Parts: sequence; C-alpha cells; structure tokens
Amino acid sequence: MPTPRLRRIVLLVTASLLTLAAGCAKKNTPPAAAPTASPSAPAAKILRVGNGTEPQDLDPHVVTGEPEHKVITAILEGLVTYGPDGGIAPGVAERWETSPDGRTYTFHLRENARWSNGEPLTSQDFVSSFKRELTPALASEYAYKLFVLTGAEDFNTGKLTDFSRVGVHAPDAHTLVFTLRERAPFLLESMLHYAWFPVHIPTVVKFGGLDRKGTAWTRPANFVGNGPFNLSEWKPNQKITVTRSPTYWNRAHVKLDGIEFYAIDNEDTEERLFRTGGLDYAYSLPLGKIEPYRREHPDTYRQVPFYGVYFYRVNVTKKPLDDKRVRRALALAIDRESLIKNVLRDAGQAPAYNVTPPSPAFTSTARIAGDLAEAKRLLAEAGYPDGRGMPSVEILFNTLDSHRVIAEAIQQMWKTRLGVNATIQNQEWKVYLDTTQTLNYQISRAGWIGDYEDPHTFLELWVTGGGNNQTGWSSADYDRLLRSALSAPSESERMAIYQKLEAILADEVPVIPIYFYSRIYAISPKVKNWVTNPLDNRGWQWVDLEK
Amino acid sequence: MFRFIARRLLETIPVLFIIVTATFFMVRFVPGGPFDSEKATTPEIRANLEAYYGLNLPLHRQYTNYLKAIVLHGDLGRSTKYASRTVNEIIADKLPASLQLGGLSLVIALVLGLTAGVVASVKRNTWVDYGASSFAMIGICVPTFVLGPLLVLVFAIHLGWFNASGWYGWQDRILPSLTLGIVYAAAIARLTRGGMLEVLNQDYIRTARAKGASEARIIFRHALRGGLLPVVSYLGPAIAGILTGSFVIETIFQIPGLGREFVNSAFNRDYTLVLGTVILYAVLIVALNLVVDIVQVWLNPKLKFE
Repeated sequence: MPTPRLRRIVLLVTASLLTLAAGCAKKNTPPAAAPTASPSAPAAKILRVGNGTEPQDLDPHVVTGEPEHKVITAILEGLVTYGPDGGIAPGVAERWETSPDGRTYTFHLRENARWSNGEPLTSQDFVSSFKRELTPALASEYAYKLFVLTGAEDFNTGKLTDFSRVGVHAPDAHTLVFTLRERAPFLLESMLHYAWFPVHIPTVVKFGGLDRKGTAWTRPANFVGNGPFNLSEWKPNQKITVTRSPTYWNRAHVKLDGIEFYAIDNEDTEERLFRTGGLDYAYSLPLGKIEPYRREHPDTYRQVPFYGVYFYRVNVTKKPLDDKRVRRALALAIDRESLIKNVLRDAGQAPAYNVTPPSPAFTSTARIAGDLAEAKRLLAEAGYPDGRGMPSVEILFNTLDSHRVIAEAIQQMWKTRLGVNATIQNQEWKVYLDTTQTLNYQISRAGWIGDYEDPHTFLELWVTGGGNNQTGWSSADYDRLLRSALSAPSESERMAIYQKLEAILADEVPVIPIYFYSRIYAISPKVKNWVTNPLDNRGWQWVDLEK
Repeated sequence: MFRFIARRLLETIPVLFIIVTATFFMVRFVPGGPFDSEKATTPEIRANLEAYYGLNLPLHRQYTNYLKAIVLHGDLGRSTKYASRTVNEIIADKLPASLQLGGLSLVIALVLGLTAGVVASVKRNTWVDYGASSFAMIGICVPTFVLGPLLVLVFAIHLGWFNASGWYGWQDRILPSLTLGIVYAAAIARLTRGGMLEVLNQDYIRTARAKGASEARIIFRHALRGGLLPVVSYLGPAIAGILTGSFVIETIFQIPGLGREFVNSAFNRDYTLVLGTVILYAVLIVALNLVVDIVQVWLNPKLKFE
C-alpha cells in the first residue's frame, strides 16, 4: 500500500528542507565574502566588461553585431587598428602609401606579425581571407564592406569567378595592394571594422571549409588569431575569456593579462552586477539609473557623444506627407531641447536639425531652420491652417518604452503646437522592420550609428533605391552629388558636397532628425587608458587596470 | 496499465506531428525574417544567405526536409542567429542549467508549498492559516520580475551574501531558485489547502477521528493522499514549465538556460531554434501529463486506467 511510501516522501521532503536550511545557514556564516569572490576574482589584471547580447559567432566574416566587434578586436587585428588615442594607427601594416588618384593603396606588412600558433602572417593571408569573405556560397552579410575593391561586388554576386581580377594583390609576402573601383577617402576608417580582418585559412579549412558558416574553428581550442589576446574560454550566454597573446607583434605594450566579456543583455542585471563589483565596465545604464549615478557615483558615470542619430523616417509616398511643407512643419514643431531635457534625462544627447552628427571634420551648416510661426505658415500653405482638415498621421516604433515616451512627447507637441493629430503604434522588432521596409507606414522611428567616422556613412543612406532609404524619397540631384563626392579632388571639396547634400535633406525632409546619440555607461575608476572616440571603440591592447 | 501507457504513447505521435506542423508554418507566416536587420544588406547577399540556409526552397520542400532530418537523424537543424551552433547543441548546452534551476525551484516549491498548505488547512481560521494564506496570496501576486530584483537588492547588494547575477558557483543557484520556487510554492500552498479542506470534511476522516487515530496519522495517512490530487494535476504542466526554464528569471540572474532561447528565438525569427524548443516543451508536457495521470490513479482509487 502506498501510505508508508507516502510517509517516506514526506520524510524525504523534510530531509531536503533541513539540508537546504543547513546550506543556507552555512552560507550565512561568512558574510561579505561572496561579492568579492565573484566568478573571477582578478588575481591577475583581468578586465571584466559587460558586452551586451551573446555573440552570434566569432568568425569576422560571418557575424554582424557590435558585441562581436568588441571581442573580435581583441583576438584579431586588421591592417590598421586603434591607436592609444583612439584614432587610426598601424596594425598588421606598419605603413602604407596612396596613389595620387586615391585609387591604389599599398600596405607594407610588418615582418614580426604572427598568428597565435607562431606562423608568420603574410599578405597572402589577407588575399585569401578577402576571397573567402567574398565567396558567394559563404553568404557573408558584411561582404559589401569590401565592395570598394574593384571586382569585389561582381565576384560576390557570381558575375566574376576569377578572383585574381579583384582589386587585392600580394606582390610579395609583406606587401598588399588594393585597387579601388572609386576613391574611398574613408577607406582606412572603414578598415577598423572586422569585415577587413584576416582569418587563419588553414584552420578554417580544417574545421569544415572556407564556404561554411559556424564551423568549430571559432571554438577556443581551435581558434587561431593574430590580435593582442587569444581566445581561451567561451561559455555561451555567460562569458568569453581572452588572455594576453605571447605572439602578438606589440605584446610588450599590452597592459592587461586578460579580458572577460560578459554576455549580459539586460541593463538592470548588468548595472546590479557592476554595483556589486562583478564588472569593471557596464556597457550601458538603464534610463532610471542615470540620475542616481550622476549624483552619487560621478567617478564611475560616463556620458560621451556618440556618432549616431535618432530620427523619424517619413514615407513621402503617402498623403499628406508627400507634401514637403507638411514634413517641414512637423520637423519644426518638435522642441528637441525640451525633449532631451525632460524625456531623455539630459544625458549628453544633442538636438539634431540635420542628419550627420557633428565631428571635427564635418559639421553641417544646413539645418531644418525656422520657428513655430514658420511651421504654422507652412502648414497653412499646404492647406491645413492650424491643422484643420489634416488627416491624422501615425508614428510607428518598435516596442520599447524609451521609443514610446519620445513618440508620446512628439505626438503632444504636434497636437498643441500645430493642431495636428498623430496616433502612435508599436510593433515587435521584426514586424516593425518589415513594415518599414515595405513602406507600410507614415512615420517610422529609426536610429543610425555610423559604420565609420565620415559623413558619407549617413548621407549615402538616402540614395535612390538604397536598401536603407526606406522613405520612398528620391532626388536625382542628390544621387548625382553623392556620386561626385567620392571623386572630389580634395577633402574640403568633398565636405562642401556633403554640405549641399545636407541642405537638400533639410529642404526636402524625407527624415526628421531628432537627436544625436550619446553613450552612457559606468566604468570603474581603476580602469586606465580608457580613451573614447566618436564610435566608442578602442584598442584593448592599450587599456590598463589599476590593482 | 501497460496498455494504457502504450496507447497514450502512440497518441503522442499525432499530437507532436500537429504541433511541429503548426509551429513550422506559423513562424513562417509572421512578418519579418531571420535576416531582417536595421542595416539592410544587398539583395544579392540576402539571396546567398537564404540559399545557404535552404530558405529559398519552396515552403513544402523546406517542411519535408525538416521532418526528414528530425525523424531520420534527430537533427533539429542549424540556428540562423548563432551561426556556430546547431539547435541540438544549443539545447544540450542550455537544458542542464534550466533543469538545475527548475529542479531546485521545484524542491523549494514543494517543501514550502506543501508545508504551508497542510498547516493552513489543519489550523484553519487561526493566525497560522492567515499567515500561510497571505504568503500564498503574496507569492501569487508578486511577479518574478519584482521578486527577483528585490531579493538581489537585499541579499546581494545590501547584505553582500551572493553575487548579483551569474551562474558559476553553487551560491549563484540560491536566489534564482528561491525566486522561481516561491511563485510555484504559493500556488501549491493554495491548492494543497483547498484539497485538504475538502478531504478533512469527509466521512472517512470523521470515522478515523472517532476511532481515535492521532492527528498526525489522520493527516499523513488518510487526508494527504486525497488532498494532494489537485496539486498533482497542477504539477504536470507546471514541472514542464519549470524545467524548460523561465525567461524572466534567466534574464534577471543572467543564467545560460533554455528559457531565454525559447523567447529570443521567436524575436530573432530563428525558425529552427523556435521549432526545437517548442518540440522539447511539447514532449515534456506530454510526458509529464502521462505521469500525472498515472499518479492520480495511484492516489485516487475511484479512478481507473482507461
């Protein structure tokens, strides 16, 4: 009969309760020991950084994300890298020359560049790596970043099968020559991206072949890299550990013994871990923590300008937004200063009246100019005096509270300042992307972070038919000017063209810029040499940790 | 009984087939695909990507290929999001953490829940009952995303006994298990109390009392068996849920479990991972429901295997 068995169950349960209680009691005896004995008490100089979502992979020709970028720049290095000041510095290439027409780059690779298995790193490694990345069968999402090389796009789309006709050649083991299809004044900037990094071809081949994604070559036991650190551990959804490389050419200048990249995709979780000393760097701070940190922990709080813009796309194919006067009126009626101060906690964002964030090289002189009176006048001119007769417009955003509060604030501004009714609509991320791409919206929230530090990365978005245009807007003048920018004889003339492009955008308003981003994060005062640049990247080899 | 089990197992085949089929087509008809992102790539690269993952084939072909791979090789396919891992690998990698978290939470839930429920029913309408019932009510009402951070605030940040998040040492198991366990404990306590109260009013209990049986004997030997019936039916699906992980707990405590994959795969339109986790969940539910049915017959002589 089951009754004695049942009693045994009850006994068992009681016993486990006691064990648990004993476990807890034992736990209680040495208080305050736990937080410092966090997963990785730094015995050596180990930097612990919060790194956002779990990386898709660590193959630079496969991945597309920002967390991946942070890890990959530690274990692989391209021809150029970040210098101690955060600018461009020689990496595997110790120097380079550019031809007068700007279409040929000759890189001289350093003799002491090595793979982590000790093999020398040669220019042929770069040629083979680029070939792999451009191979159509690999389906590399960022292959287009190499399209600036002659023939690269044709090779990637299968129109060209002979790779020797692609603009990358290795005349000898330490010389690499790029031939560009057009001038690319931002080439070096863009080469800081991992799409331009080499991979160790024999290792990739050994674990499944050149045109296979996600093979075991990126596992710690197999990985061969050439960066300042080596991949030593990868616990999915937990952390990736890299340790100082004994073969890196500049190893004498590497300060840290290792870095732990924690995959933490929740800001609150990350902040709590940082607060208890489990991290030296929290990738981001929740909005609600900005004020407390500024007030109570100013030594750890950082806000720096970030090379990105938050904006609204406008679908210019639909009434009433096909009228640029309406678009301008809506753009003018947004009180950006008030939005930043009251909604965004004034955390270093700057009001945006044009598309490209200001930088030393380029600050737009064109802006969506005018005051509220001008906005009202434009709206009346378009046939909607004080908003009368104007159909309601819908603001679409992906489901996230921070987008909602901005949309609500703007909805309110349009209502009270222009008399224009707007509704707001949120959609789950991929649905929102689909709705935006198929122009099934009226006004859609968007953000863009520069791929590299040059206005081109913002202004090329609005070219006719461009994959990222997504507004239905098109201007032959704009397209022509954009094309001419690359062949401009000098940098000042190129920047002058970008000014003209900004002027067209300010006049036509296919997008409504709202604010320029800032990066907000927390960092331990023990972290040294933490430089920042507009895209908030740095070379891990320079960072130090005070013990 | 064996016939009963065999028949039930046979019944699961069409059930799983329907679940797989429905999920397969449902995820495909949701707008947005695995390769949609804020930065658009070229149409040619997109076509290459779709070809790489076989997404360029007609949908029925993809479907039959998928079924074939599962039935013939037990292969759940390749994740489109985590390029370097197969779905089988991801499940094998993440399930243990979810099982650990779930197992510990279950122990906590049963210990706390059963104790509170039994005590409350026996000491009905005393302060003990009110105390236990309030605990249950609070446990049901306070969501895990409030309870979890609250426990972290007290025990990790202020008292410094535990890490705020992570899944490394045994001490990292305590706060998450407690958070998840308390929620289930609350439900179990209420069900136990209700079930026990019903049983304690029955004639056979009165008979036992009249015969002079001790209170302990009445509760453990006579009442508990019947009183646990509602708890048992609740535990089937609850255990399946608890073992496959909790998105919220795993996010709060940064646990590498399956619950997060379950939810995020849908957001990422990682078709194969969505299907893989759904299949796992379905199998667990079906299996645990079977166990529940068997246990119920064993506990309640009025029921038969039919």
